[in-house]
Amino acid sequence: MARSLAPASLVAPRPAPQSRHGLLSELRERFFGNRLSTLTTLVILALLLQVLPDAMAWALVHPVWSADAELCKQAMGEGACWGVVAEKYRVIIFGYYPFNEQWRPLVATLLMVALLVASCTRALWNRWLVLLWFSVMLAVFGLLGGGYFGLAPVPTDRWGGLPLTVLLATLSIVAAFPLAILVALGRRSDMPAVSAVCTVYIELIRGVPLISVLFMASFLFPLLMPTGNKIDVLLRVFIGITLFAAAYTAEVIRGGLQAIPKGQVEAAQSLGLGYWQTQGKIVLPQALSMVVPGVMNNFIGIFKDTSLVTIVSLYELTGALGLALNSDPDWRPYKLEGYIFITLIYFCGCYAMSRYSLWIESHLSRSRAR
Amino acid sequence: MGVYLAHNAANNLRLRGIKSGFDFLFQPAGFDIGEALIDYDSAHSYLEAVLVGLLNTLRVAVIGIVLATVIGTAVGIGRLSRNALLRGLCRVYVEFFRNVPVLLQLLMWYLILTEMLPAPDEPLYFGAGFYLSKGGFNFPLPEWAFGHFTLALGVAAGAMAAFAWNLRERRIFERTGKEPRVLLAAIGWLLGLGVLGWVLGGAPHAMRMPEAGAFAIEGGGAVTPEFLAVLTGLTLYTAGFIAEVVRAGIQAVPRGQDEAAKSLGLSSAQEMRLVLLPQALRIIIPPLTSQYLNLTKNSSLAVAVGYPDVVSILNTSINQTGRAVECIAIIMLVYLATSLFTSALMNWYNARAAIRER
Repeated sequence: MARSLAPASLVAPRPAPQSRHGLLSELRERFFGNRLSTLTTLVILALLLQVLPDAMAWALVHPVWSADAELCKQAMGEGACWGVVAEKYRVIIFGYYPFNEQWRPLVATLLMVALLVASCTRALWNRWLVLLWFSVMLAVFGLLGGGYFGLAPVPTDRWGGLPLTVLLATLSIVAAFPLAILVALGRRSDMPAVSAVCTVYIELIRGVPLISVLFMASFLFPLLMPTGNKIDVLLRVFIGITLFAAAYTAEVIRGGLQAIPKGQVEAAQSLGLGYWQTQGKIVLPQALSMVVPGVMNNFIGIFKDTSLVTIVSLYELTGALGLALNSDPDWRPYKLEGYIFITLIYFCGCYAMSRYSLWIESHLSRSRAR
Repeated sequence: MGVYLAHNAANNLRLRGIKSGFDFLFQPAGFDIGEALIDYDSAHSYLEAVLVGLLNTLRVAVIGIVLATVIGTAVGIGRLSRNALLRGLCRVYVEFFRNVPVLLQLLMWYLILTEMLPAPDEPLYFGAGFYLSKGGFNFPLPEWAFGHFTLALGVAAGAMAAFAWNLRERRIFERTGKEPRVLLAAIGWLLGLGVLGWVLGGAPHAMRMPEAGAFAIEGGGAVTPEFLAVLTGLTLYTAGFIAEVVRAGIQAVPRGQDEAAKSLGLSSAQEMRLVLLPQALRIIIPPLTSQYLNLTKNSSLAVAVGYPDVVSILNTSINQTGRAVECIAIIMLVYLATSLFTSALMNWYNARAAIRER
């Protein structure tokens, strides 16, 4: 006889679940949910109490805010010397750029940031934006390079600091994206020569570090030019970063292309669309909207990677800090404060980009939901 | 176009009087290298200098990969914790380390390690022979003896025994359904046979202890601040990315799996080990591989803090010989080979973790 699965007696009623509303029970759930959680909270609090008060005192309570090297020396070890930023911010932000002309890179940077913000604003997404890009970039180069309207000419090797970082990142992103689309399409092409060239390009670039691509740009490109022609150092570095970024972005886009069902292409073809029409009107719009997070990640990567050009002697933000402090024995001891300052600048840029990426994602998922 | 570029290059090389070819590799390099794992001085050839650099790159990459995996996994799991404080702390870690350029982080660590620490004549002492100072990190090393060889033999035998034990337990499991107990037994075999080998070899326990001298710390093992800066910077940066990979992998396992495991009566440790991790690993491994490759490639930034990795040494070689084409070709070859090797290894592991479809 099969044993009955039903219990012999009634199961005692369970108590009603505890209320999860109210601040106190919310806090209890979040920080003291069970024994392990309580222990974790206590350990972390103890650690934070060890570290935070000292760090706060150093950074905010006892620091020297004024550009006074004597005061900084006295405060050494107890308080930070933010005076180093007050004293050197012109060199940190603008690098070698001629001192009296530094309003020009300032205006150029503001223009570029405004352009980027405008490009991220949905209300402005129309064809006038392209014209805006052209005119603003023209103005930026005019301002930085000079030589017109009575502006003194400034050669590119004296450009530096934050304007150079923003300029390199913006240009590389704008140039790498279309190149990446072409290469991604090329890798999936039916023509064996095209797909072989694209595959070799992608795998070769992705296999090596950016530094070696930059070395290649600074040592090899001059060799490849017709004798007597010089290729500008900024242009070389820009080409290097663009080629590097395009290979990575192409792989992300290829992922999106592969996710488009074959039926879409077949439907487009049976409607009589040609290759470019099929890709441009049917495949790419769907594929690109799928890979927004990956592409934005790559863009953030490009922004961070511009810091590497300091190794091939262009003084962007990271390089300009060394320029400002390394040769000045009075302020050199406060390099850490300088690093923290530019760390904050980079962090703000990257964080803003990642938040924007989340916004686009939610925007696109809204358009996909029916 | 290719012909045109090659023609230009040949012309330029001729005009500048640069010879080409790889023969320079066998000439004496003429520069010293701060830290070398193999015997090297400036009379050795460029080829040997490159080899020293390659070993330095691999050393920092391998140790970095192991540490970044450990820290990254811990932080990634921490981001899913029930405890809001731990969750927040892990999130701050990830956001901070991912959003600051790795080069800047390396430079900051280098600054901290070479300027904020006490001088080598009054180092920080952690006890048991571990010192930290501007001169780097010093630690005790065992004096080499025959017993270490037998110890290694014992550990190898232990590994084989553990493997055999695993097969046996699995057979028993398949026949009777008795749950296999592998982990403890494997540790037991490794430790037991290792200690046995050590004792049979005469139980050597002499250590080379570093000692604080008048000006510097002498004896024992040592790593330079350059190595430490590169290692710390790369590890913490990559760990931020690995944490996100791990978190996404665990979150991608459908909730039903977790509920099914609970309703089967598995304990939470069993659930993690038998249900969640095997499925999460499948999702984690491919992006994890690319993080490992990124770490290896980013180790080339060592050139910025003066750690003699392969890129830094070839950069010096370019400046000395002018053979830019050849040296850059070597850099690319080295990294391509490393990348291909790592991805082959991870693909093999991935194939083992993948779903076996029938």
